[in-house]
Amino acid sequence: MSDHDYRPKSKVGQWFNDRLPLLTLANHLTDYPTPKNLNYWWTFGGILTFCLITQIVTGLTLAMHYIAHADMAFESVEHIMRDVNYGWLIRYIHANGASMFFLAVYIHIFRSLFYGSYKAPREIIWIIGIIIYLLMMAAAFMGYVLPWGQMSFWGATVITNLFSAIPLVGEGIVTWLWGGYSVDNPTLTRFFTLHYLIPFLILGLVVLHIWALHVPGNNNPVGIDVKKPSKDTVPFHPYIVIKDGFALLMFMIVFAFFVFYAPNILGHADNYIEANPMVTPAHIVPEWYLLPFYAILRSVPDKLLGVVAMLSAILILAVLPWLDTSKIRSAVFRPLYKQFYWILVADVLILGYVGAMPAEGLYLLIARVATAYYFLHFLVILPVLGIKEKTLPVPLSITEPVLGGSPNLAAARNKESKIE
Amino acid sequence: MKNLFKLFSIIILIITSNSYSFAAEKAEYLKTDWSFKGLFGKFDRASLQRGYQVYTEVCASCHSMKYLSYRNLAEPGGPEFSEAQAKAIAASFEVTDGPNSDGEMFTRPGKLSDKFVMPYDNVKAAQAANGGAYPPDMSVLVKARGGGVDYIYSLLQGYEEAPSNVSLDDGVYYNKYMYGNKIRMAAPLSDGLVEYGDGTNATVEQMSKDVTTFLMWSAEPHLESRHQMGFKAIVYLIILTVLVYFSMKRIWSRVESEV
Repeated sequence: MSDHDYRPKSKVGQWFNDRLPLLTLANHLTDYPTPKNLNYWWTFGGILTFCLITQIVTGLTLAMHYIAHADMAFESVEHIMRDVNYGWLIRYIHANGASMFFLAVYIHIFRSLFYGSYKAPREIIWIIGIIIYLLMMAAAFMGYVLPWGQMSFWGATVITNLFSAIPLVGEGIVTWLWGGYSVDNPTLTRFFTLHYLIPFLILGLVVLHIWALHVPGNNNPVGIDVKKPSKDTVPFHPYIVIKDGFALLMFMIVFAFFVFYAPNILGHADNYIEANPMVTPAHIVPEWYLLPFYAILRSVPDKLLGVVAMLSAILILAVLPWLDTSKIRSAVFRPLYKQFYWILVADVLILGYVGAMPAEGLYLLIARVATAYYFLHFLVILPVLGIKEKTLPVPLSITEPVLGGSPNLAAARNKESKIE
Repeated sequence: MKNLFKLFSIIILIITSNSYSFAAEKAEYLKTDWSFKGLFGKFDRASLQRGYQVYTEVCASCHSMKYLSYRNLAEPGGPEFSEAQAKAIAASFEVTDGPNSDGEMFTRPGKLSDKFVMPYDNVKAAQAANGGAYPPDMSVLVKARGGGVDYIYSLLQGYEEAPSNVSLDDGVYYNKYMYGNKIRMAAPLSDGLVEYGDGTNATVEQMSKDVTTFLMWSAEPHLESRHQMGFKAIVYLIILTVLVYFSMKRIWSRVESEV
């Protein structure tokens, strides 16, 4: 952050900045050189920041009216929906906001996978991102418990019971998590506390995520290092600000459609039935964004190994920078990787689909094959591909053609515009 | 740009197809034209008032509606009874209040601020009176059932003679839309069961539609303002998006790059 000398114009500004260089920081953020060839897949970072802030603001407002008590939680949510001024709006933004958040984070992650943004020198950004993603899942799961509907209660029961798979101490841990011998009021109050805490942890990690990003600068669709600042970059403001703003507005239109016209389509009807420990729902399913991992969990016949598989499916991402042995970042120049990438996308979508289906017969078979492929992709295909694959020549810069003629660059440009 | 639109349509497709998979149902529900669906959907006021009549004369003898208050009946976006009517409705119910200064509970006529009076004191009493089955609270019932309004509307008209291969216990009835086809509630509606004040013919179909409309309102009392606000919000966002798009084009015209 120190590569340019900035001095505020006003005396007061200088006095302040010498003591706390906030103005230098603001200047760094506006001038931050960004590759000019970033496509719209790169706008989701900004969109995710918007999602986080929206969740925090609506969440704080909801917390003013919500009562974290097993006997009153469901009723207090109905109170918010009926009697609090615009309570229905705040709650629907918060509930659908969680889905929008995950939608954006999945696009963000898959963008990174396609363009190799996780590779050196950006491993730390990537690992912080994975921690954020894990915390998001924890926050979303606990948030879903708070309305104390049937799916809240039984979802909480199923997920917390996973810990009982741990040998010897499992049962004890589950009792400790519950604060009793079943999911009950103590569970609800601690989930509420943690649900309130986690977003602020995420916020802190987001600051680190962006900080770590600003050290090497953005990756870009060509996946090569760019000189900064240069002909290849534009200042963050106004170029990226307006582009991110435009993409954010498009995103908000989709968001608004769900909030105003289909606010319950992403939720489960059973969660409008108050929690009842005596009645188990016919199918217990998590929210859509957890389904791929739910499918992995259920595809393993052994409980402990199922939990291990589910956790590994996420944690394997943290070591991805070392599993992918290819020096080339962008899939644009990796013809084989590009194909495997799309197979992985399809694989995860299939996992999500079978995760919503009963774990039996053909669905179970598909889930097992898809789970096996998921791990195969990361553990075998990626390491081997990096060594065996014949990659296309990479241009030297975003603007300048490859040395010795430009046919390859032209080809690269064409491909780039196809995925853009 | 084109790709951006493609992206958003794909996203919507994925999400909706994913959630539809939860709602895979067996029997095809009966369809009717709901006035509250669509971008500008509003409740049919007369239907809501008739629906309230069906609820209070038929359903309310077993089903509670504990999250509603009598004042809701006069609020905008609902059945919109006049305040005098809503007061009269409230006053027709006996409400237990207290304790008074002598420490005694007492009953008094209902007020607008009272919650709908419950048919039973508690769940156990409700079960005891209904052969062990608890008649669910109806406040958010349409949101608590996979098929929503279409399911409730169909269920009310779905009573049939059980097929010969299905044997029913005492107090269990056959309904082709019910999960597992067995339901503990006897057919609640029959032609002419209520007498509508506005002269509408009280067929089972009509009453089903009216009471389901009423239940939709009770589950989503702010549906009308949600639709109105949503339309304004989305139009605003679209206009702003277009303006920002042209500003973006203008700004990016300074550099040799496509946006």
